Amino acid sequence: MELRVNVTPKPTPAKAPTQAAGERSDKPGGPPEIPLATRDFDLFYGTLHALKSVTFDIYADSVTAIIGPSGCGKSTLLRSFNRMNDLIASVRTQGEVQVAGRNVLGRDTDVVELRRRVGMVFQRANPFPKSIFANVDFGLRLLGLRDRTEVEGRVEQALRQAALWDEVKDRLDRSALQLSGGQQQRLCIARCLAVEPEVILMDEPASALDPAATARIEELILDLKRTYTIVVVTHNMQQAARISDRTAFMLSGKLIEYDETARMFTSPKEKLTEDYITGRFG
Amino acid sequence: MACHLAALIVISPLALILWHVLKQGLPGLTPEFFLHLPKPVGELGGGVANAIVGTALMVLIGTALAVPFGVGAGLFLAEHGQGRLGTLVRTTADVLSGVPSIVIGVAAYGLVVVPMGRFSGLAGGVALSIIMLPTIVRSTEEVVRLVPRSYREAALALGAPRWRVIQEVVLPAAAPAVVTAVLLALARAAGETAPLLFTALGSRFWSLALDRPMASLPVYIFDYARAPYDDWNRQAWSAALVLLMLVTLVSALMRFTVRRVPRR
Repeated sequence: MELRVNVTPKPTPAKAPTQAAGERSDKPGGPPEIPLATRDFDLFYGTLHALKSVTFDIYADSVTAIIGPSGCGKSTLLRSFNRMNDLIASVRTQGEVQVAGRNVLGRDTDVVELRRRVGMVFQRANPFPKSIFANVDFGLRLLGLRDRTEVEGRVEQALRQAALWDEVKDRLDRSALQLSGGQQQRLCIARCLAVEPEVILMDEPASALDPAATARIEELILDLKRTYTIVVVTHNMQQAARISDRTAFMLSGKLIEYDETARMFTSPKEKLTEDYITGRFG
Repeated sequence: MACHLAALIVISPLALILWHVLKQGLPGLTPEFFLHLPKPVGELGGGVANAIVGTALMVLIGTALAVPFGVGAGLFLAEHGQGRLGTLVRTTADVLSGVPSIVIGVAAYGLVVVPMGRFSGLAGGVALSIIMLPTIVRSTEEVVRLVPRSYREAALALGAPRWRVIQEVVLPAAAPAVVTAVLLALARAAGETAPLLFTALGSRFWSLALDRPMASLPVYIFDYARAPYDDWNRQAWSAALVLLMLVTLVSALMRFTVRRVPRR
C-alpha cells in the first residue's frame, strides 16, 4: 500500500531499516513542529458521541498531558493517534487526525506503519510472556533487524534510555513476568523506544504503580522529552503539573481548555477547568 | 453427604478398570511380551511389539494430519470466526465430534481404502486424524481466546501486522494449552478400535509399510479378547495394560516438556 502519511525526510523503517538504524536519533531535517494534531475530530462508539469536535495541536519534543474525569474521552483521543480504536468494530469517526501534517484516518493509511511511528505505552504494563531481551527485540524483528551485534546494541540502548539496563543487564534471558510492576512498565517503554518512534503515547502509565515506581516513570518521561514528543493521559492532576509542558482538559468528549501547564494550573480561563483542578468535581 | 457419595461413584469406574486390568494383565507382562511378535495359533507366548509400533505410527500420522488443519481452523475461529463461515466451521466441528467412531472408520474406508485397493496403516492414520480433528479445533479456539487482549494490543501498537501478532505472540502464549489439547486428542485416538477395524485391519507380522495392513493395540485387544483360547484372552488383558501405560506415559512426557519450553 502506498504510504501517504510520511512527509518528513526521515527514512522510514519499512523502507530502509538497516541504514536508518544508526542515524535515526539524529532526526535528519528536524522533526515537524506539530507532530500530532486533530481537526474537528468526532468519534462515536455506536450511538455514543465520545469525542466532540476536538481540535488541537501537540508540539514537538515536549510533554502534553490530557486530563479529565473518567469517561471524558481522553484515552479514546489518545488511541485515535495510532488508530488503536480500529480494534473496536462500532467506532466511527469524522474530521481529521493528523500525524506530521497528514490525515491518518483515510483508508489509504498504512496502519502498521503508523503504529511504528507513533508508539504507545499502556495503563497496565503488558510485557509479552517472553524473556526481557525478546520483549525489546520484538519491535526490532518487526523492522527486519537480524544482525546480532546491532540488535544487542539497540536493545541495550533502549533499556538504558528506559533506565532499566542496570537492573536487568545480568538477566536478559529471564522472563519479563518476573520483574516488578514498575520494572515491567519501564520494559514496555524500552520496547516502545527500541523502534524509535516519533511520538510516544502513554495511557495512564503510572496509575497501577506505587509512589516510588511512579516517581521513576515520571523522571523517565522528563528525560525522554528531550528527544521524543510525549502525550500522557492521566487522571492525576499533580502528575500532569509535575511532568507536562502543556495540559489539555477534557470533559464529556469536549476539549475544554488547552494551555501551557503552568498557566492552566494557576490561572485557568474556563470556569469548568478551575472547578476540576480545584477538586470541585471529578 | 450425598455429593460425597456421588463423587465416589464417579471415580469408582476408573478405579475398578485400573484394578481389574492390573490384576489380569500384570502376570503376562514379561519383557518378551513387549519385544516379540504374536505367535501362530496353538503356540504359547508371543508379544505385541508390532502392535505397539503400529499404534505409534498411526497415531503419529493422525497427529501430523490433524494438528496443522485443526490448529489453523481453531485460530481462524478465534480470530475471524464471527461471520457465517465461522459458524459453519464451528457447527461442523461439533457435529463431527459427535459422529460415532465406526462411521468415521467407514468414511476412511471409502476415502482411502477403496481408492488404494487395500487396507493400510495410512488409512488408519487418516481415520484417527478425523477422530482428533474436532477436539483440536475447538480447544485451540478456546485457548487462543484466552490469550490476554493486552498482549495483542502491545504487539499491534508496536506496528506488528496481524499475522505476526498471531505467529509471535498469540500462538506462543497459547502453545502449552494447545499441546495439552492435542495430547488429549492423541490419547483418545490411541485407544480407538472401530476406525481401525476396516482401515488398518491389523496384522500378525511386522508391518512398517504404510500402504500395507498394520497392527495396532486396540485391534489386537479386540481380536484376542474374543478368541476362544484362554492364553489369548490373558494376552488381551496384558495388551490393554500396555495401552493404558503408553497413554499415561505419553501424557506425562508431554506435560513435562511443555513446562520446559524455553521462553526466549
